[in-house]
Amino acid sequence: MKLTDIAKVIRSKNAGPYEITFDIIFNDKQAFDNFTNAGILTKQSFANLYNIKEEDVLGIIPFAPANALKITIVRPIASGQIGERDVYGAQQHKPLMELTFEN
Amino acid sequence: MKEMKILSPTAILGYGFPESSFEAGMAENPDVIAVDAGSTDPGPYYLGSGKCFVDRAGTKRDLTFIIKAAAQKNIPVIIGTAGGSGAKEHLQRDIDIIKEIAKENNLSFKMAIIPSDIDNESVLNALKRNRLAALSPAPMPSEEEISASSNIVAQMGPEPILKALDEGAQVIITGRAYDPVVFAALAIKQGFDSGLALHLGKILECAAIAATPGSGSDCMLGILREDHFELKTLNTERKCTTTSVAAHTLYEKSDPTKLPGPGGILDLSETTFEQNTESTVIVRGTKFVPTDYYVKLEGARKLGTRTVSFAATTDPIMIKELDNIIESIREKLKSNFADLKKEDYFLDFKLYGANGASLFKTAEKSIPEEIAIIIDVVAKTKELSQALCSFARSTMLHFGYAGRISTAGNLAFPFSPSDFDGGDVYEFSIYALLKADPLEYFPVEVIQI
Repeated sequence: MKLTDIAKVIRSKNAGPYEITFDIIFNDKQAFDNFTNAGILTKQSFANLYNIKEEDVLGIIPFAPANALKITIVRPIASGQIGERDVYGAQQHKPLMELTFEN
Repeated sequence: MKEMKILSPTAILGYGFPESSFEAGMAENPDVIAVDAGSTDPGPYYLGSGKCFVDRAGTKRDLTFIIKAAAQKNIPVIIGTAGGSGAKEHLQRDIDIIKEIAKENNLSFKMAIIPSDIDNESVLNALKRNRLAALSPAPMPSEEEISASSNIVAQMGPEPILKALDEGAQVIITGRAYDPVVFAALAIKQGFDSGLALHLGKILECAAIAATPGSGSDCMLGILREDHFELKTLNTERKCTTTSVAAHTLYEKSDPTKLPGPGGILDLSETTFEQNTESTVIVRGTKFVPTDYYVKLEGARKLGTRTVSFAATTDPIMIKELDNIIESIREKLKSNFADLKKEDYFLDFKLYGANGASLFKTAEKSIPEEIAIIIDVVAKTKELSQALCSFARSTMLHFGYAGRISTAGNLAFPFSPSDFDGGDVYEFSIYALLKADPLEYFPVEVIQI
């Protein structure tokens, strides 16, 4: 199953200049519950998906009032630092968008 | 029932709003108009250089509506993080705009100005006296980084704004402020629950972004009552829904349940979102948990000057060889400018069509049809960055890579000249907490306009 089948919002954005945060907002409570209970996204699996170190995944936080799951990671470089590719961090969602998992 | 109405005209001062929405907001008889003018999102350049990321004309347009309407209703206007970053140059630009508006419209009022600059020496002293705390994952700033910062600002809490209100200011303009406080200050002064007031401010600072469809350039009204607040759109095209408001709570935050600010943490772990009418949402249960008083410091320093060159290639053999070609150009540049040390310059090739926008090294590349190349050079001086960019560009244009068939030139340039001045380059040099008294770094000056 694809994450895009059960989530209506998948996005990334700076949370301050030193972190990037990813939000998944599921279509409904059932999709949110199923996905979070299945333990599909862990610090390790997210680190693999983005090819980063596990300790750079700072938190995977469910937020039930929005049927949402938030993942916050250390930004590879501070926002606007030389070598920057995405000052606002708003176009880093693609690997998450393409996530597939077994139902 | 005791209630307070807070009008937020737009997500960032200068982003604009429909006149009809603003009029609908004023027809609600708000108690205060508050607007956030800043963000660190556009990067360190604006703080470091003193330039404003929102255009002057747009800012004046928004402020003209706001100042005139507030004067007519005799309600206060509170503007946070003036000029985008809230340092002295940014604050001064917006003060000048307000003075112009007052003059053009024959308005007279008491205005409070609350700067938020901290000089390098004070921050160095704070570092030595262990009054700085790191804001992980940002590193603790070094003495060198503090000394080299061209602008340093601290984020004020509500206290300096409360003082300005006590002194009878009708317009309050601040340097860097914690985003929610301009919306929450009047409510805190009148004894409303500070957890609810700050959470409402957290949502109102983005105005209609919390509605659906969302917009950064439309108004939103917040109605604060004793044990809840209500969010109301002012444009019939938009609605507040529990999903849109709760989703906004996630936006740009590390953790939606704990939002740290000056003097305390907003705790959203027991917050509820309830659909009231079809287009309004009621929020309850947010708590303010006091902590030791810290203010966040932001500083930026200049690294050098940028020159960029734009080009593209369509050649499949070149595209396959690109990584090797780039490595060879780096080597040739090094031997051609043999006196330069590694730290004297920065050279980057951004390859659009081949993961150019990604900050992460993910996914195998398939061979794209064409690739846009940005050669990005940063060096201490403008002359050096131009020289290095020119060398990298001409070397790439005529480079004899393995298997080359197209021997007349490797790059398609869309522009002549091919190279562009990218201006001064800054980096965030300070992002840390400073132990402070709430009023210590934020002098309140009241003037008659």
